[in-house]
Amino acid sequence: MSTIRPTLVLFLLLTLVTGAIYPALVTGVAQVVFPDAANGSVVERNGRAVGSELIGQLFVSPAYFWSRPSATAPHAYNAASSSGSNLGPTNPALVDAVKRRIEALQADPNVEGPPPVDLVTASASGLDPHISPAAAEYQIRRVAAARGVSADAVRELVKAHIEPRTLGVLGEPRVNVLLLNLDLDRQFAAKRAAE
Amino acid sequence: MTLNAWWQCGLYLAALLCLVKPLGAYMARVYERQPCGLDRLLGPCERWCYRLAGIDPDRESSWRHYAVCVIAVNFVGLLVVYFLQRAQAWLPFNPQTLPAVSPDSAFNTAASFASNTNWQGYGGETTMSYLTQMLGLGVQNFLSAATGMAVLVALVRGIARRSAETIGNFWVDLTRSTLYILLPLSLVLAIALVSQGVVQSFAPYQTVHLLEPTSDADGNTITEQTLPLGPAASQIAIKQLGTNGGGFFNANSAHPYENPTPISNFLELLSILLIPAALCYTFGAMVGARRQGWAVLAAMLAIFVPLLVICQTAEQAGNPRIAALGVDDVAGSEHSGGNMEGKEVRFGIANSALWATATTAASNGSVNSTHDSYTPLGGLVPMSLMQLGEVVFGGVGSGLYGMLVFAIIAVFIAGLMVGRTPEYLGKKIEAYEIKMAALVVLIPCAVVLVGTAIAVLGPGLTYTTADSPDLKQNVANPGPHGFSEVLYAFSSAGNNNGSAFAGLSANAPFYNVALGVTMLISRYWLIVPTLAIAGSLARKKATPVGLGTLPTHSPLFVVLLVGVVLLVGALTFVPALALGPIVEHLQMVAP
Repeated sequence: MSTIRPTLVLFLLLTLVTGAIYPALVTGVAQVVFPDAANGSVVERNGRAVGSELIGQLFVSPAYFWSRPSATAPHAYNAASSSGSNLGPTNPALVDAVKRRIEALQADPNVEGPPPVDLVTASASGLDPHISPAAAEYQIRRVAAARGVSADAVRELVKAHIEPRTLGVLGEPRVNVLLLNLDLDRQFAAKRAAE
Repeated sequence: MTLNAWWQCGLYLAALLCLVKPLGAYMARVYERQPCGLDRLLGPCERWCYRLAGIDPDRESSWRHYAVCVIAVNFVGLLVVYFLQRAQAWLPFNPQTLPAVSPDSAFNTAASFASNTNWQGYGGETTMSYLTQMLGLGVQNFLSAATGMAVLVALVRGIARRSAETIGNFWVDLTRSTLYILLPLSLVLAIALVSQGVVQSFAPYQTVHLLEPTSDADGNTITEQTLPLGPAASQIAIKQLGTNGGGFFNANSAHPYENPTPISNFLELLSILLIPAALCYTFGAMVGARRQGWAVLAAMLAIFVPLLVICQTAEQAGNPRIAALGVDDVAGSEHSGGNMEGKEVRFGIANSALWATATTAASNGSVNSTHDSYTPLGGLVPMSLMQLGEVVFGGVGSGLYGMLVFAIIAVFIAGLMVGRTPEYLGKKIEAYEIKMAALVVLIPCAVVLVGTAIAVLGPGLTYTTADSPDLKQNVANPGPHGFSEVLYAFSSAGNNNGSAFAGLSANAPFYNVALGVTMLISRYWLIVPTLAIAGSLARKKATPVGLGTLPTHSPLFVVLLVGVVLLVGALTFVPALALGPIVEHLQMVAP
């Protein structure tokens, strides 16, 4: 039995099925049934694309909730080049980085106490869209002060943004930072403008 | 471990075990060419493939010819992936106009995807065109997985048959694995993943305007963010199901576009161990003794579960050096605590450690957290699971054929103890089988240790790039952790896993070539002796069960099998592990 013809022809045919027909079929179904999700879950404000619900962004203003530290290069939250820090647990560079992040957070007089660990450690993708509810709570007083509103009003908004574990079991409770900040702008826009 | 972590791990294992029997029975019907439910839909396509390729599906071959066919298809696959990468700049479906991949990196990736390792020296979104991803990498995801399954089925036939000269038809096993098993499962999983937010599109990357403009380290203002796209869901589905693990994006399944929600995470996790676990049942069904399949699965679980608990506990305990800075890392209802460096909030500790254990138990190698940032003991678990030879679930097909080889060694050792010729499933195990089995067990150990030794002697420590003559360090972390990065890389390549301590700059000529060669050796130098065992066993007559026969479905045998796997792994790798993660752990906890 010759081996050459079956090898080449079967390889070609299976390539056609798994490399062309299969992805084309999935794309076709995806684009018809789940067009938003298939195209990156883009979030718009006033008709302008301001990000993706799934991709985190860097926030540095005290009036916004901050995302987790990001290790993407050449700048944080570079969605075109996902990456973690890959710093080992005993690397002095990791300890230094965490120290700097704690200082940056606590530079604001409205932030105090030990920060939750997720807020001072870099995520695996460098694009983590979420922070833990504890990390949001940690920043509430700063955001409220910067926007000149009561902490309780901001806390209400944060509470509405906490996504619980799926079915009460899967994953971890979390807050989507971009969606929270968009709502923050929407709800407290007037006061911010006055400031 | 938190209470919720126990729940999540328990739910995961329960779902997995529930699917073993239905999928395992289905796959047995597929390989025995019995009606399986999809024949009316896929039968014409299958027959059409045979006709065009000039294959007589009823004609079986000897183990030698079977091996030649395996090597031939894999070699063609390797060449195609190599040249697609080299030529992608001139080919269509390259909306980002990505340039050709360098020769050493292209070789590494071709070897990696042909051998079902799917080690990634490159970052997907910055390196590979959509065409390369689909026609090169995507196709190999299917074919390398189907190759592993075909070799397993050949070995199982060798065990089951009496006085036979043939062990099956590779073309039929390859085609049926692809069309009847991998393709339908991938299709369902891909659509489910898109529903969760995994992207699937041929459009170029899109630009959005940031809510808050920021500046980078050099003071340049950044107002936009580029969101990557691509046919990701279709690729990710097969990458999980086929124990491939090569991510569409650099961050693999930690990337929110690759694994956006707890549900997508659960489905992707389930897919890692689904086929390897179910194949145990297929094995039992095909040799006509289902208890034999369950016994092998029990041995796998007996190693998997304790290691899972160790990994969970180590990661949840966190990093004392970070806690000492005044950071709250104690788990509560509001955050997951633990060692969150290199982990995503939506997965927390429980799903990250579960994934790390599953992906290295299977030779999957996809990650949803960065293993390089694990605590020393947390990182020891994935490393040692690979070093055990990828037989605790292992790759689709390859894991079980590796485990069956260990079973042959286990009955041999038991035979030595009582002074009888060992038997496995009615077949006498003689010198030839033991020689071949020794090759299968020892080759990965040898390439891992020799490769690591060569790398740390010098060639794997520094490198230069084309644009600057400065020497750069390959390892990203100082001290024992740097050694762990190198050891992990060779453990991963030498057992066809594909995950990494990714701080290692492995996209440099030395690692591209050394790891590429390592992957090829430990894939094909294992497949050939495995098929030789299959051929030799097929030829033997059945030995009736006697008083001195060791039952291979009993708890005693499970203990013996687990003991042999752990003993070989421990004797080989404990010294190396002592230099890496173990000494790092002592450093970390020392005040």
